[in-house]
Amino acid sequence: MIDSILTLNKIGKSYVSGDRNLEVLKDISYDIPRGQSVSIVGPSGSGKTTLLGLCAGLDRPSTGEIRLCDADIGPMSENAKAELRNKYVGFVFQNFQLIPSLTALENVMIPLELLGDKAASTISKELLDRVGLADRMDHYPTQLSGGEQQRVSIARAFSNRPQILFADEPTGNLDEDTGEKIERLLFDLNRELQTTLVIVTHDLELAAKTDRMIRLKGGRIQLDELNQNG
Amino acid sequence: MDRLGYLLRLARQDSRRHRGKLFMFMSSITLGIMALVAINSFNYNLVKDIDEQTKTILGADIQVEGKKPLTPLLTEIMDSLPAEQALQVEFFSMAFMPKKDATQFSKIRAVEGDFPFYGELVTQPKGAKDTYQAANTLLVDDAMMFEYELEVGDSMKLGELTLPIGGRLMNSVGSISLGASFAPTVYIDKSLLEKTGLVQTGSIVEYKYFYKTPEDFDREAWDNSAARMQHFHAEDFRVTTIEDQKRNLGQAFSFLNSFLNLVALVALLLGCIGVASSVFIYIRSKMSAIAMLRCIGMTGRQAFLVYFIQIFVLGFIGVVIGTILGSGIQMVLPLLLKDMLPYEVDLSISWNAIFQGLGIGSLVTCLFALVPLLSVRKVSPLKTLRAGYEDEASPRDPLKILVYVAIVLSLFIFLRTLTGEWRSAGIFTAGLLVAFMVLYGFAGLSILIKKFLPRNWGFVWRHGLANLYRPNNQTNTLIVSIGLGTAILTLLYIVQGLILSNVNSMDAGNQPNMILYGIETHQKDKIAMMTEKATLPVIQQVPIVTMRLESWKGRSKKDWLQDTTSRVERWVVHREARVTYRDSLEFDETLVEGTYTGKINPGDTVFISLDRGWAASLDVGMGDELVWNVQGTLIPTYVGSLRDIEFRSMRTRFFILFPEGVLEEAPQFHVLVTKSPSKEVMADYRRDVVKAFPNVSVVDLGSILTTLNDIISKISYVIKFMAGFSILTGLIVLISSLLLSKFQRVKESVLLRTIGAKRSHILKINATEYALLGSLAAATGILIAIIGSYFIATQQLDLEFSLSWWPIVGIFFLIVSLTVFIGLFNTRDILNRSPLEVLRSESA
Repeated sequence: MIDSILTLNKIGKSYVSGDRNLEVLKDISYDIPRGQSVSIVGPSGSGKTTLLGLCAGLDRPSTGEIRLCDADIGPMSENAKAELRNKYVGFVFQNFQLIPSLTALENVMIPLELLGDKAASTISKELLDRVGLADRMDHYPTQLSGGEQQRVSIARAFSNRPQILFADEPTGNLDEDTGEKIERLLFDLNRELQTTLVIVTHDLELAAKTDRMIRLKGGRIQLDELNQNG
Repeated sequence: MDRLGYLLRLARQDSRRHRGKLFMFMSSITLGIMALVAINSFNYNLVKDIDEQTKTILGADIQVEGKKPLTPLLTEIMDSLPAEQALQVEFFSMAFMPKKDATQFSKIRAVEGDFPFYGELVTQPKGAKDTYQAANTLLVDDAMMFEYELEVGDSMKLGELTLPIGGRLMNSVGSISLGASFAPTVYIDKSLLEKTGLVQTGSIVEYKYFYKTPEDFDREAWDNSAARMQHFHAEDFRVTTIEDQKRNLGQAFSFLNSFLNLVALVALLLGCIGVASSVFIYIRSKMSAIAMLRCIGMTGRQAFLVYFIQIFVLGFIGVVIGTILGSGIQMVLPLLLKDMLPYEVDLSISWNAIFQGLGIGSLVTCLFALVPLLSVRKVSPLKTLRAGYEDEASPRDPLKILVYVAIVLSLFIFLRTLTGEWRSAGIFTAGLLVAFMVLYGFAGLSILIKKFLPRNWGFVWRHGLANLYRPNNQTNTLIVSIGLGTAILTLLYIVQGLILSNVNSMDAGNQPNMILYGIETHQKDKIAMMTEKATLPVIQQVPIVTMRLESWKGRSKKDWLQDTTSRVERWVVHREARVTYRDSLEFDETLVEGTYTGKINPGDTVFISLDRGWAASLDVGMGDELVWNVQGTLIPTYVGSLRDIEFRSMRTRFFILFPEGVLEEAPQFHVLVTKSPSKEVMADYRRDVVKAFPNVSVVDLGSILTTLNDIISKISYVIKFMAGFSILTGLIVLISSLLLSKFQRVKESVLLRTIGAKRSHILKINATEYALLGSLAAATGILIAIIGSYFIATQQLDLEFSLSWWPIVGIFFLIVSLTVFIGLFNTRDILNRSPLEVLRSESA
């Protein structure tokens, strides 16, 4: 029996647009074992971001069932899902999503502070040191470059020691060099902390570095296979 | 527990980059609270002083007032009081000053006894107030002495008697009245009154009896004895105790109070709209941060608390600043209002007003901020993945509905405490809601302009207009706040203009400007001749007979007064009627029912004509019987016709009109109305008349009009000052809205400039946007003001409604220009700096 951290069972998602019913995802099912790194790829409009939102409990599926970290998130309230994310989930976004009025350190501390962790400051400083920003802790996001902002974002994502980390195009807004550095950091931390990694990306080179690749097309899974290195 | 400590810290951290912008948010509520506290402080001090100063205003513990001396029965009642007594006989008369060969219409106060008992007359020399009675001298109003260059020791002639002036009168005891401004006061000892020959049959004289009771005397119990008071009412005497006086003063100022409070309420409401709109824009700018916080595990409630704490703390600081400023501003109000107050209002810090300001301020800030803040709970974390994601339409948030209900309810309760009546509070609340809805409605309708704007209109026009509908642009809020301010200002202008033009029309053209009254029958023809000799027209000459109602519709006056269900208004019953007789109606009278019988023969039924409103106040109609007591003779009459009287002309008018053939032999005096072409002619004529007929009074209507004008312009100045608060708040809402939505404007302008728009294009687009915004708001506000002033003028003030358009057009352009100026001023750096530089600095 596989120890799954994320299970999707016959997931469908549709939106009503005007008088039309728009089916974005159809009959999606898969299991992600703990510790695995997975990439979700596909052309624009294939439903990748919608799927990520559903997996992380940011949105509700129209049909089907999702289990995240041993919990059926379907019937859970928004607050219960928020608590679940706070404890077990990390996020990295394409546009970093740092709060401009908080310093780098304060941004990283948020998940730990929400958990009431007394060591929030120490852990966050260590993580910022780990991502190479020990000397930029008191800088505001606008005083940092894109790559630095994404490193703060990664430090924040790992600050609560998540069991699973979702990354939405984590290198999409970065140049090639910086992107590579961020990828390396992401995978290193993933291995170090035994975190499950789910990455949505266009970048097939990045996808190839994960253990498994799920390819979407027209809202359905076109391909679900383990990579050579997986 | 929501980890309150961390949430507080996060709230502080999150706000630090925006505090400058949020200052604008604070300033709108600061202004509102400032107005509220200033006005409340002033009101509290006014009421406190009424309590403290009533004794000195009345001058005694009990006052009995009537148009004749006390009857033996009443004298007996009053003599049984364990009290010191004094009497003051008051009337208007001419005072002649031989030194200047001039006359002045004056108020004569003939005093018997040591009045006032409380407070004191201030005279120069100081001792004059104590010696003028014994020394047979006069105390004369200081301003009058100054005007006629009189000195103590000069003489003054009152009627037949010439007396030296014993002192200058520097103050006035007794409540202030309009009369004091155009008829200065002269004090004389009562024992000399008869020798002046001024008090004769038909003279209008007030007898005021004053009593100083011992400390432990129960005035209220004495005053509340219905049986005792009936004797006074039956003889048309009014009894006033200090307690009554307090109530009267309180009532007299409750209008001023309510008005000022309403102005404060409007300023406060605009401040609240400012809060709601600023918070709305602020929260919009925080959407992505909120979504991210939700994404990484913050609950909706926690996110809400972070922003609620920020807004509440900043709002509270705004409220505290407003309270401090308001306490300071109240010092200005007595200066503005001093001519309308009977005494000097002490300026002291009113803790009541301060705590009320803090309480109300915090409550309304919370309530109005909650409207946009509640949506924070519902921000979807999905916005982190898709910036354009719109929250799914959900059924109406019950909490939001609760907040709206709480807002309307607190407005209603606030108005209830203000007006003291549920009904008025309901009407005001409904009125304000309607005004808001009209403004919002027009803001909504403005979308039609966009829809129907011809496509071939220029790029600048289309863009300027489109900008109004930019998301987060707060067009509706701005139209409401600027529109409401405009409405108040315009309403004040229109109503003030109407009052002034109605007053001025009395003085215009061929309207009379001089009235002679107190003419005895044998003097009538001589004075008419004297008038014609002075080449002045005799515009009206009418006889006046004073009489009292004895009974009507078959019931005696006593019966009517005891009937608690009757709709009869007491002032009509108690007032001594001044009646004239003639054979026809005059041009300013319109018959509305029946026919006017101009002349009757002895023994015929007497049909009289009544003013329609007066008849309604007495609850009588066509054919009803009224019995009059004319100096002891009872005359039965019947209502033969009802008239409407034009009250705007400066002529004598009579509610009750008798036909010829009834009153010719009754004791009477005459009034003559004339018009003098100049002040000099008037002064000469007046002097000649008073010299020949000392008992005749000559009233200069021009000076009454000047006094009225003066008072109205002072009131309107106060009103404008207060309306300024509202306008200022509206403009602050505009500035804060512009500042908070600046980044969006910058991005659009940068985009336009990047794709080739010139600086002038951007300037024109922005100017068009603000001009449209200002025009919509001002036009809607003016429309509301016109409708509102029409109702106030015709329903409340009974004035003829007319509009002078130029000031209104002026207000319209003023508001539009201010809007455009403030708008462009706040976006000037977009034009003056390079697009990239602006974008970089703004995103930082």
